[in-house]
Amino acid sequence: MALPEAKQTATEARLSALTMPDAGCTRAAREDALARVLETGLPNRRDEYWKYTQPDTLVSPEAMPAAVFSDDEPLVFSEFDRLNIVFVDGVFSAEESDDLSMEGVSIDRLEDICCKDIHWAKDLYGVLEARGQVPVQRPLAALNTAFASDGVAIHVTGKPSKPINLIYRHASPTSDAILHHVVRVESGAEATILETGPAASRFNKCMEIDIADKGTLHHVRAQGRDHERRAATHMFTRLGTESVYKSFTLTVNGVLTRNEQVVELTGDDAVAHVAGACVGDGEFHHDDTVFITHDAVNCESRQVFKKVLRNGATGVFQGKILVKEGAQKTDGYQISQSLLLDDDSQFLAKPELEIYADDVACSHGSTSGAIDETALFYLRSRGVPTKDATNMLTLAFLAEAVDEIEDSALAEAIVSRLEGWLARRN
Amino acid sequence: MLEIKNLHVQLEEEDKQILKGVDLTVEAGKVHAIMGPNGSGKSTLSYVLSGRDGYEVTEGSATLDGEDLLEMEPEERAAAGVFLAFQYPVEIPGVGNMTFLRTAVNAQRKARGEEELSAADFLKEVRAKAKTLKIDADMLKRPVNVGFSGGEKKRNEILQMAMLEPKMCIMDETDSGLDVDAMKLVAEGVNALRDEGRGFLVITHYQRLLDHIKPDVVHIMANGRIVKTGGPDLALEVENNGYADILAEVN
Repeated sequence: MALPEAKQTATEARLSALTMPDAGCTRAAREDALARVLETGLPNRRDEYWKYTQPDTLVSPEAMPAAVFSDDEPLVFSEFDRLNIVFVDGVFSAEESDDLSMEGVSIDRLEDICCKDIHWAKDLYGVLEARGQVPVQRPLAALNTAFASDGVAIHVTGKPSKPINLIYRHASPTSDAILHHVVRVESGAEATILETGPAASRFNKCMEIDIADKGTLHHVRAQGRDHERRAATHMFTRLGTESVYKSFTLTVNGVLTRNEQVVELTGDDAVAHVAGACVGDGEFHHDDTVFITHDAVNCESRQVFKKVLRNGATGVFQGKILVKEGAQKTDGYQISQSLLLDDDSQFLAKPELEIYADDVACSHGSTSGAIDETALFYLRSRGVPTKDATNMLTLAFLAEAVDEIEDSALAEAIVSRLEGWLARRN
Repeated sequence: MLEIKNLHVQLEEEDKQILKGVDLTVEAGKVHAIMGPNGSGKSTLSYVLSGRDGYEVTEGSATLDGEDLLEMEPEERAAAGVFLAFQYPVEIPGVGNMTFLRTAVNAQRKARGEEELSAADFLKEVRAKAKTLKIDADMLKRPVNVGFSGGEKKRNEILQMAMLEPKMCIMDETDSGLDVDAMKLVAEGVNALRDEGRGFLVITHYQRLLDHIKPDVVHIMANGRIVKTGGPDLALEVENNGYADILAEVN
């Protein structure tokens, strides 16, 4: 079926600004992905899945300029011993990155894979993204698969001694970055991947994660403080039997952020937790779009999303739990809440459950509210000044999401970022 | 110490007069009790003194050691020495009891220009005081009042009072929801804090709390005014005869 004209034109305009890299073993996947983009077209504001978030600036041929933000604050997680992989405006920086060798994991650059005919990542690159196109199309992710210019393939075979930190530096105010990572966690292996930084003026990121039986992946991300940056990120995760995936995202600032998480529980007794805390002030639009498919028995999924909004900031949550036929004993939980610090901000939530099994426990809740005046008075009556009391209650509100981070030291680092954000607004 | 003169208060939202000229002076070192039937304005008085929103003072004054309380924010009143033990202590999920207490203690010290308590000193003090109130370590770690029983909540109020060492303690129906043992524990906590520099205003429906916290002065409040003031015997009179006789007598 032909695309509507406006969509066709916009899609062609965007594609004309892109060149497919010399792709080696990922070529077939890239060409398939391009075919998907051509078939569906890039999203526009008429698409139901983009009802609450305008994709215009994410699909335009050129990225909108975004000032590079800097201050003296050390980068998040800088106090941790970790293996750093640095991208500047979406380009791998060998100079700033650590040596990529570490016991228990092998890490290759996408560029190196592309020169090879055979590589394990070939069986993963674009595969989970393609699976994630059903039942909802995600053309920006397909675009990413087709045109990603850089990224890494992380193969976790053991238990690496320290986290792998993908650091995304933003250096040019007109940068437009497309990164694609693939991660395979082998049976019984366990790793932590950290992602930090704004990446570019516009950032399209895709990460495909395949977790084998009894594998575990922890993912903690902090999207950087640049006010004007735009980002569309996609995480596609497939879980095998008794595997575990725990993901947390912190977003402070950013004029536009759309974080999609597509999780498929394909092996029995798997666990997937996806959480996010965001704090937005002023021109800030933050969208968490989550799709969790239960396709095995006795799996657990949790979605915990908290947003603090003020000065006209907008928060969006679209979260779905799909329980397929036969996915008995599913335990699905979903909560999305916003704390609106004034009357100008808004939170738009679309929680969805679709269940085809009869022995499941699924719950979802969504709330939107102001600071609890009674609690505020209680704190003030004990001598805590209004600002401090408000900040305490705000952090308390976000705590449920931050608590999803298993490593308490990483959680503390996130909390200190949130405290910083609150303190700067006093 | 606490001086309330001709205090008139109405609700902000509706044109309803709650306090209609309260006169009350609490001296340092004394325990004053306020008793009175439902709706007489007792709780409103405690809220107005601690600075809760929703009330409008239309006339009169309230001062603590000469300082105008009514002009102050709730946190300033706290730092000046006012403490309200809530009838319904508030649950605050996500805020640890210990963090809350330490923040409150140090905020008040800071406001008064005193040095903040170190983590170690604070811990030592809070543990000692918690122990006498039979508050265990677990209760200190849990979020403020969340999942606490009625008795635990009230003991937690007294612990806060003990840590903050206010000049003027206002207790709003602290006995409500308590069994006899819990009431004794709370009363012991309060009695331990009685000293020459500290005044108490104990609001209660029932005389039984006053068996444990012996008042120096008892006031009867009705229809927004203090209608009768007497010694501890006045509480017994209420207990035996109810409010009807007293109200008939003053009307």
